[in-house]
Amino acid sequence: MTGLYFHIPFCAKKCPYCDFFSVPYHKETTSQYVASIIRNLAAYAPEDTVDTVYFGGGTPSLLSAAQIGDILNACAKYAHLSENTEITLEFNPTGERTQYLRDLRKVGINRLSIGTQSFSDAQLSLLGRTHRAADGIRTVMTAYEQGFYNISCDLMLACPHQSEIILSETLNTLANLPITHVSAYLLQVEEGTPLSRNTDLLAALPDDDASVDRYLQAVQTLAEYGFRQYEVSSFAKSGFESRHNMKYWKCEPFLGIGAGAHSCYGGKRFAVPKDVAAFCNSRIQPTEIIDDAPCQAQEKLMLALRMTSGAALSELSVNALKVLPRLRNAGYVTVYDDDRVSLTPKGFAVSNAVISMLLE
Amino acid sequence: MDSQKIRNFCIIAHIDHGKSTLADRILEKTETVAQRDMEQQILDNMDLERERGITIKARAVRLNYRAQDGELYTFNLIDTPGHVDFNYEVSRSLAACEGAILVVDASQGIEAQTLANTYLAIEHDLEVVPVVNKIDLPSADPERVCDEVENVIGIPAMDAPRISAKMGTNVEAVLEKIVSDIPAPVGDPDAPLKALIFDSYYDSYKGVIIYVRVKDGTVKVGDTIRLMATGSEFVVTETGYMSPSSLINTGTLVAGEVGYIAASIKSIGDTQVGDTVTLAENPCEEALPGYRKVNPMVFSGIYPADGAKYGDLRDALEKLQLNDAALTFEPETSIALGFGFRCGFLGLLHMEIIQERLEREYNLDLITTAPSVIYKVTLTDGTVQYIDNPTNYPDPSLLASAEEPMVKADILVPSEFVGNIMDLCQDRRGTFKDMQYLDDTRVTLKYELPLNEIVYDFFDALKSRTRGYASFDYELMGYAPSKLVKLDILLNGDIVDALSFIVHADKAYPRARKIAEKLKDNIPRQLFEVPIQAAVGGKIIARETVKAMRKDVLAKCYGGDITRKKKLLEKQKEGKKRMRQLGTVEVPQEAFMSVLKLDE
Repeated sequence: MTGLYFHIPFCAKKCPYCDFFSVPYHKETTSQYVASIIRNLAAYAPEDTVDTVYFGGGTPSLLSAAQIGDILNACAKYAHLSENTEITLEFNPTGERTQYLRDLRKVGINRLSIGTQSFSDAQLSLLGRTHRAADGIRTVMTAYEQGFYNISCDLMLACPHQSEIILSETLNTLANLPITHVSAYLLQVEEGTPLSRNTDLLAALPDDDASVDRYLQAVQTLAEYGFRQYEVSSFAKSGFESRHNMKYWKCEPFLGIGAGAHSCYGGKRFAVPKDVAAFCNSRIQPTEIIDDAPCQAQEKLMLALRMTSGAALSELSVNALKVLPRLRNAGYVTVYDDDRVSLTPKGFAVSNAVISMLLE
Repeated sequence: MDSQKIRNFCIIAHIDHGKSTLADRILEKTETVAQRDMEQQILDNMDLERERGITIKARAVRLNYRAQDGELYTFNLIDTPGHVDFNYEVSRSLAACEGAILVVDASQGIEAQTLANTYLAIEHDLEVVPVVNKIDLPSADPERVCDEVENVIGIPAMDAPRISAKMGTNVEAVLEKIVSDIPAPVGDPDAPLKALIFDSYYDSYKGVIIYVRVKDGTVKVGDTIRLMATGSEFVVTETGYMSPSSLINTGTLVAGEVGYIAASIKSIGDTQVGDTVTLAENPCEEALPGYRKVNPMVFSGIYPADGAKYGDLRDALEKLQLNDAALTFEPETSIALGFGFRCGFLGLLHMEIIQERLEREYNLDLITTAPSVIYKVTLTDGTVQYIDNPTNYPDPSLLASAEEPMVKADILVPSEFVGNIMDLCQDRRGTFKDMQYLDDTRVTLKYELPLNEIVYDFFDALKSRTRGYASFDYELMGYAPSKLVKLDILLNGDIVDALSFIVHADKAYPRARKIAEKLKDNIPRQLFEVPIQAAVGGKIIARETVKAMRKDVLAKCYGGDITRKKKLLEKQKEGKKRMRQLGTVEVPQEAFMSVLKLDE
């Protein structure tokens, strides 16, 4: 089973904290871009059955429902889509988009990942988002009314001035919406972003201790509402884990199409250069090999340990087993079913260090 | 050469009062160096010297000067190191001269080193010629400075040349003063050879080059010379004088002259500064007075940050030692730091210079342990030991008594800072000896201080408490009984040998607290909390904790791009390499260095 990922690198406005690849939206470029995606699908759609399709960005919801429909038709035409393919679109919650949502549902999108980020207007404006809390709520409600029963919301943690109370209000709002999934990210200051130069905002960021307090608060509150943590930043109602994202952590194949898209496919990891024109003008997208022998034991272990399912003890080295009791006593990992190890929420907060010890 | 036309002199000054600039001007005016060849401060030819504006090693140069009386004079200018660490070298350079030009800054006046060096010159019976420099500065007050020289030092200064070495103003007057005031050398060219070694360096082609002042007799190429302190003998292959750019082999040196001798000498250890050179066949009866073997006073462990560089460090130390007989080193092992060397230095500046040269010229990344002095301990069985490494300090139960080296310190400060300095000296266990007003605004304070109180950061502390105005000089005065204890630092319950040091019992507690705090600030939070303890004889006297790290996570995932996560893990492994793994604790190099700077 293979996943298909489409990178739609267009944004109406770049968020000040974001360092993902995106370019300003141009209607003409998008149609060329969609044409190029379809060309690529025709050229080398996976032979294996495809069971997940994911439109990521950028802002995929800037494409028209017709364009998305064209891409999905091409998928159906050139690839073998499984019967219950999970088809996700990242959706930016701005404006009144009832018709658009209805059309998306019609062309085949069955899962939405909505960039709500927060349900506090003050927080949203600090983050430089153009939407308001009410827009987020309305988008979710409308989507639900239009037949989306698998909705994920993004949540940003450890934002400037984000107190326990502010976060708690956001979490309560979020958890009462008809959604099945939450992606909760700790805000990270990336070099070169406007946020990294905004000294006022930087000064208002919670310190490491407070950041992790927010993270643990989110983990706990979400659990109370039935969203079980299954990965460092991912939470879902039972059975609604993102099948597409799980492929990343399980070293399962996925093919990425679009400028800046990554793939782990055909025994290689490769990426398409972050160049929209180059992508549009090539018959087949140019790629750069990142790793020609991916998914070795070390890498699998590193990725598996990001999930709450963790790894089998038998996959750990002797050195790792030696440090295991200390990690366990400190509450960073648990051993369950006698033979599996997984990180606790406290362990996820320091997962770089914990995983690097377990990889030794 | 007519010895009546020779003038052997040096220039003495406080740091930054313009000694090297005046030397440059003298070289120019005597037309020894063509203007185009002038490199600023030609006598200071080590990079480090030029940067720090100090002379580390003595240099000497011969110049010719046509005086106003129409006669041609030979000047031998001997540059002296300007720092207290090299006091002995200064004294040997002075012993090679008949006179000294005393350079005093026209705005700053007399400073601690001015006094120390002048007294040293007077002790050596030198004719002191005061010169007031930097008269071009707006704040210059030459009259006041001349008064000061007369009142404080007690030498006539009313006709002292007022000059600006920087602008070249009135430098001729200094040259004429040298001719008129400094006596010509006396000495019998036919007596048995007696020449004073005042400097030496290693040349990879000619072997050790020794700089000498011939007091009596004559030395020629082919003579067999004997170095009296070591008794070793060598055949002279070259002898002559130093021009500013090269050695000029004249084949002979006679009484009164300053020059060099090369004799295929392999080791600089054979050519001790202050030793007397004589002829093997017709030796002089007794050596020149004042020689002593130079002993290091301050010791510190030097370790390569990367253990694999141990061999490189040894090679570098060996090379430095070729030119620096005062540097000693021997291998030592630390549990915390691995293989390294215990190095001995003349003083703190010497230590800093060696460290800096190792890092800069030999590209080594170093970890240095806290400097230690030599403690003298008497054990209960009566044996006496000298301890230069805290690790070797005997168990208190075996200790009958302990002594530590003391210094006499002269501190010169503007009077408004006297209180600050007295507090500082008090804090450093100093004993007040004397206080004198040099004028209305400046005071000289005399203290006796334990050497171990000034080896860490005393000079920095002095400067910070006086907005940089204090100057400071010291000389060793022997040992005094003291209540000493060994302070151990424990990380996660284990003693870190490289952080142990010896301290006065009364200072143990505050020092322990400060070190624990410093370490806390410099040890990064890690997965597990790190208890930091300071202990004296097994008793914990201070404690801090580095709390466990809480946040270290890359949460985001960009469309399945895992390269950043992989890179991060690789970086983490790299980072670990730069840390010292002490048991279960990772300690960065900076932590070791931070405890050396407790006053910050």
